[in-house]
Amino acid sequence: MFELIGIPPQALFGQLLIGLINGAFYAMLSLGLAVIFGLLNIINFTHGAQYMMGAFVAYLCLTHLGLGYWGALIVAPILVGAFGILLERTMLHRLYKLDHLYGLLLTFGIALIVEGFFRHLYGSSGLPYAIPAELRGGYNLGFMFLPTYRAWVVVASVIVCFGTWFVIERTRLGAYLRAATENPTLVQAFGINVPRMITLTYGFGVALAAFAGVMAAPIYQVSPLMGANLIIVVFAVVVIGGMGSIMGAIVTGFALGVVEGLTKVFYPEASNTVIFVIMAIVLTIKPAGLFGRTA
Amino acid sequence: MAEPLLAIADLHAFYGESHALHGMNLEIRAGEVVTLLGRNGAGKSTTIKSIMGVMGRRSGSIRYQGQELIRLPSNAIARLGIAWCPEERGIFSSLDVRENLMLPPPVKPGGMAVDEIFTLFPNLKERLRSQGTKLSGGEQQMLAIARILRTGSTLLLLDEPTEGLAPVIIQQIGQVIRTLKQRGFTILLVEQNFRFAATVADRHYVVEHGRVIDMIENSELERNMERLHEYLGV
Repeated sequence: MFELIGIPPQALFGQLLIGLINGAFYAMLSLGLAVIFGLLNIINFTHGAQYMMGAFVAYLCLTHLGLGYWGALIVAPILVGAFGILLERTMLHRLYKLDHLYGLLLTFGIALIVEGFFRHLYGSSGLPYAIPAELRGGYNLGFMFLPTYRAWVVVASVIVCFGTWFVIERTRLGAYLRAATENPTLVQAFGINVPRMITLTYGFGVALAAFAGVMAAPIYQVSPLMGANLIIVVFAVVVIGGMGSIMGAIVTGFALGVVEGLTKVFYPEASNTVIFVIMAIVLTIKPAGLFGRTA
Repeated sequence: MAEPLLAIADLHAFYGESHALHGMNLEIRAGEVVTLLGRNGAGKSTTIKSIMGVMGRRSGSIRYQGQELIRLPSNAIARLGIAWCPEERGIFSSLDVRENLMLPPPVKPGGMAVDEIFTLFPNLKERLRSQGTKLSGGEQQMLAIARILRTGSTLLLLDEPTEGLAPVIIQQIGQVIRTLKQRGFTILLVEQNFRFAATVADRHYVVEHGRVIDMIENSELERNMERLHEYLGV
């Protein structure tokens, strides 16, 4: 078998694929965070818990209602998105005029409560969630084995991410959102119900996290701490991409997943820290992030 | 005499604890161009913001076509056919000129078609793909007026549209306001430049300390110039 720069191709492409999968989750989660931060000015620390809730709703639908993966991909975002809307209406909307720190502390507290609740009920070890029958198996590409489910995750997340980008950057609704990010008072004075748009945007961002959670359930297992482990890295991704930048969140999410995967091949010791090293470098050279606009 | 299109009675408005309007009273009839003249800080822009519903605390009465606006949110006020062009123009930097122009949704039938708008503001047609804030001050002002003409609103609140602009652009904006009046729009104009106001308006309200202290018909302006100079301190 041939080798690439001294690395067996199975190892290289295997890690590249894992990197892409992780990148797909980084991209979906940081995209939701970017959308929420852009319009609500809230650093949504509950995002990881909402991702975990998505996975749990999928698990509970399957075990209690017999509703499988495809149904959960629709039901979980709706239920968790509705939970997000409830949070926004009862708590978050009081904080918009305050410093970011208040939103961060509130959402951090909510994340701890939600995670504690699920840990109390289900313990902290992971619960299994089977890959749906249609997506089992894989393809032997010669240089590597490609599991069907993982290919699906990458393709589905690319579609979801670019669909969201398209709506925000290329449609009338997206123009309202971008304009309301800059000057909500004026957009409302044009006749748009901005408070409702903000609520629905938060619901959408949270639904995106839940969608990612369902996608993650068959790969990472369902565990109360699955979001907490991921969210710190996702925040680093958002900072590197540029707070509030949609394209920045998507591209940086995928790219950093791949960088992390490649680091596992070439210098495994650094694979857990490489994203934070990049974050430090980006913050030093371009504090607004790679895709962020300097104010 | 016909029912006024807009009637403001004993309007008070507040910025936090600061009391900005102290019992404002004024009326505008359909098809009129009326200006609010006054020194900086007199309460002219605050009056417009109060009509539009973007001030925090207000009390008193603002009736538009007989309907009370004082408790309505600004999006509901806009839907009645009132459009606002703010002093700072409010051009969105993340939107290009076309997106800025198309942003306000139609609220009433009969809004101007985009081609008609380009006849009034030919410069904008050349700049459709530019980022909104890359336009010159004059072009931004034109864009800020142009975009509210699409909506079908018939009462336009224009806050200092000539501020900081070159004389040739001010003339162009004056021409646009006269054209809009001919087409039946009702316009409430905040101005510090009374020489410009005299070329477009039917009547002038003089505002001081958050209330109207005088009303001068435009035809009487020449005869009352001394009085006006005293009010405005010019």
